[in-house]
Amino acid sequence: MPTKSSASGQRLDVRKTYKLYIGGAFPRSESGRSYAVHDAKGQFWANAAQASRKDARDAVAAARKAFGSWSGRTAYNRGQVVYRVAELLEGRRDQFVEEVQRGEGVGKRQAQAGVSASIDRLVWYAGWADKLAQVVGSSNPVAGPYFDFSVPEPTGVVAVVAPQQSSLLGLVSVVAPVIVTGNTCVVVASQTRPTPAVALAEVLATSDVPGGVVNLLTGSAAEVAPWLASHMDVNAIDLTGVNDSGLRTELQAAAADNLKRVFLGPAAEPDWSAGPGTARMRAFLEIKTVWHPIGI
Amino acid sequence: MAFDYAPAPESRAVVDLASSYGLFIGGEFVDGSGSSFKSISPATEEVLAEVAEATEADADKAVAAARRAYARTWSTMPGSERAKYLYRIARIIQERSRELAVLESLDNGKPIREARDVDVPLVAAYFFYYAGWADKLEYAAPSWQPDGSRGSAPAPLGVAAQVIPWNFPLLMLAWKVAPALACGNTVVLKPAETTALTALFFGEICQQADLPPGVVNIITGAGETGRALVAHPDVDKVAFTGSTEVGKEIARAVAGTKKSLTLELGGKAANIVFDDAPIDQAVEGVVNGIFFNQGHVCCAGSRLLVQESVFDDVMTRLKRRMKTLRVGDPLDKNTDVGAINSPQQLAKIQELTAVGEAEGAQRWSAPCDLPDRGYWFAPTVFTEVSQAHRIAREEIFGPVLSVLTFRTPAEAVEKANNTPFGLSAGVWTDKGSLILWMANQLRAGVVWANTFNQFDPTSPFGGYKESGYGREGGRHGLEAYLAH
Repeated sequence: MPTKSSASGQRLDVRKTYKLYIGGAFPRSESGRSYAVHDAKGQFWANAAQASRKDARDAVAAARKAFGSWSGRTAYNRGQVVYRVAELLEGRRDQFVEEVQRGEGVGKRQAQAGVSASIDRLVWYAGWADKLAQVVGSSNPVAGPYFDFSVPEPTGVVAVVAPQQSSLLGLVSVVAPVIVTGNTCVVVASQTRPTPAVALAEVLATSDVPGGVVNLLTGSAAEVAPWLASHMDVNAIDLTGVNDSGLRTELQAAAADNLKRVFLGPAAEPDWSAGPGTARMRAFLEIKTVWHPIGI
Repeated sequence: MAFDYAPAPESRAVVDLASSYGLFIGGEFVDGSGSSFKSISPATEEVLAEVAEATEADADKAVAAARRAYARTWSTMPGSERAKYLYRIARIIQERSRELAVLESLDNGKPIREARDVDVPLVAAYFFYYAGWADKLEYAAPSWQPDGSRGSAPAPLGVAAQVIPWNFPLLMLAWKVAPALACGNTVVLKPAETTALTALFFGEICQQADLPPGVVNIITGAGETGRALVAHPDVDKVAFTGSTEVGKEIARAVAGTKKSLTLELGGKAANIVFDDAPIDQAVEGVVNGIFFNQGHVCCAGSRLLVQESVFDDVMTRLKRRMKTLRVGDPLDKNTDVGAINSPQQLAKIQELTAVGEAEGAQRWSAPCDLPDRGYWFAPTVFTEVSQAHRIAREEIFGPVLSVLTFRTPAEAVEKANNTPFGLSAGVWTDKGSLILWMANQLRAGVVWANTFNQFDPTSPFGGYKESGYGREGGRHGLEAYLAH
């Protein structure tokens, strides 16, 4: 069987088609559009799918469909499912190191550190699944004969505009806290550095994360995010990756249409290697209080 | 032989009302720079007092006073000292509870029994509860520190603009002011235009407590005053309780600013009665759920969902109970249902109930004699209501109950959650596992099981979805007033 092309003596590699990730499937954009992605040196890398309004709506529908069963899982189970993503990422770390190195233009050592931090972050968040309720929930000593407690519940479907610079660690750092608490999400990946997001989608598709829990769109945040911000079936929005203050304000105002919870994130992209704290998980939780009388 | 109740009126002599009131800014009552409006008793249409209509310039003065107090005294004062001021306030509220209850009933139209037994005791309790947090904030949430460090108290936000509704004037004041002050913020509060008098009375309580000037400022007025306050550039925090419509307007207004926002908005709560529930208790809970405070309650159980097999029984007993509700003089200690707060609110209730009839629902109102003067609406229930009817979807904010039926728990959940709101819900059943399953499934911030309309300062309260965001009460209530 011939394994090398006759002309150069070298095998011609098989390139990947970069697609969206919606409801566990990998469709092209329904609009048929794509855009050229270049690596950090300016070389052509790939044609990524350019998501449209319709793709965003399909992704929201997929996220809503997945919400009931994902939020209904036990916390122990969700923790294991997120931990499994870390396992799979570890197994494919060379691929991700290459993606980050080429896309972000960093040295190999830095890329390796970033991938390691991404894996460790998933492990860190995985462990929160069955602990957060004890940290943010409470038993309430009301002045009467009632048993009264408060528990956190996931907000619902969260739209996430992922960081523009940190294409893997930043992405993992915004997605993990949203899903580990039982939310589902529609993520708009870094516009100029979308390839790690597509690779992460391939990891998610082979993990135990059910289809629809994470939906990844590539394309222009400025084009797609306004549709997500005004979508009446989206419960919350994370504007971390929106660095243009005019667009941030516009999206925040649009989110008021159905009173989405808005997580603004820092004005400029932060150092993602810093410890994340619980803010990103708490931003997409609702506190539910339950009362019942005590008596005989 | 039927016994009737003799009138048992509470004396209003205990309240010493001035003919006009200014604004409470920088620890003193000052004249407003604009016009004034009349505060009337909704039960008699009598003018109680003239109240100043604060202008943008007045709002600016109040915010400046709050900023000065924040920078110079309140934010730098040890938490233990702030705590003692709040304890003082709680004690003065208890000492003057009778005055407060009568004034609240006069100005709002709610029965004196509720003002005296529910509102005012809770107001004192909220201040007492949050007083104790003021010097313990470093324990409020150790998990907030991203670097895992502990020991330092989270910082206050600064000047809080607080806009509150007319249904529980003093209680909403307490929900807003107590946690804000405990955390080291200073406040500018705008009470609702129809119920400003107890808030102004609270200004006097602040004076008696020697609270440093400017820590609490109270400006009165209508929507324009509120808008000016919320839009003020030197405000760090906005807290609003009121309609979902205005809540959305405020959320748009703060977009792009540094202001943090919490909203406690409308509701259309389902009160769900299963066939194994103790029916008499459930009916009491249903009555309390919708007729408490004339139904002027954001978490009112305004949609009754009854399991089909007990529908007839529940309706028979519900109507029998509704016939015994005493509607009338709010100052009468036997009154169960008082006056509708304003002619505007009465018109809204009348409009929506007319729509309910026009859309085909069956209306039944408790037979009762309504006073000639004032604003009144008889306790009313609608049957044959479909989920598409406006009376099943929109917040009526009055003593009007819409009844729907269901067969299975899953159908009850489906119907209960079929609303853009998500503030509260009620469940009535004897089966423990069903209660917890329902509590899990209902998308609402508060679930009352075999009880309804319970409130406590230790218990977080707030909505899902379009009922707003943030929580009031408990440790969670501190988060709205701390940087984290």
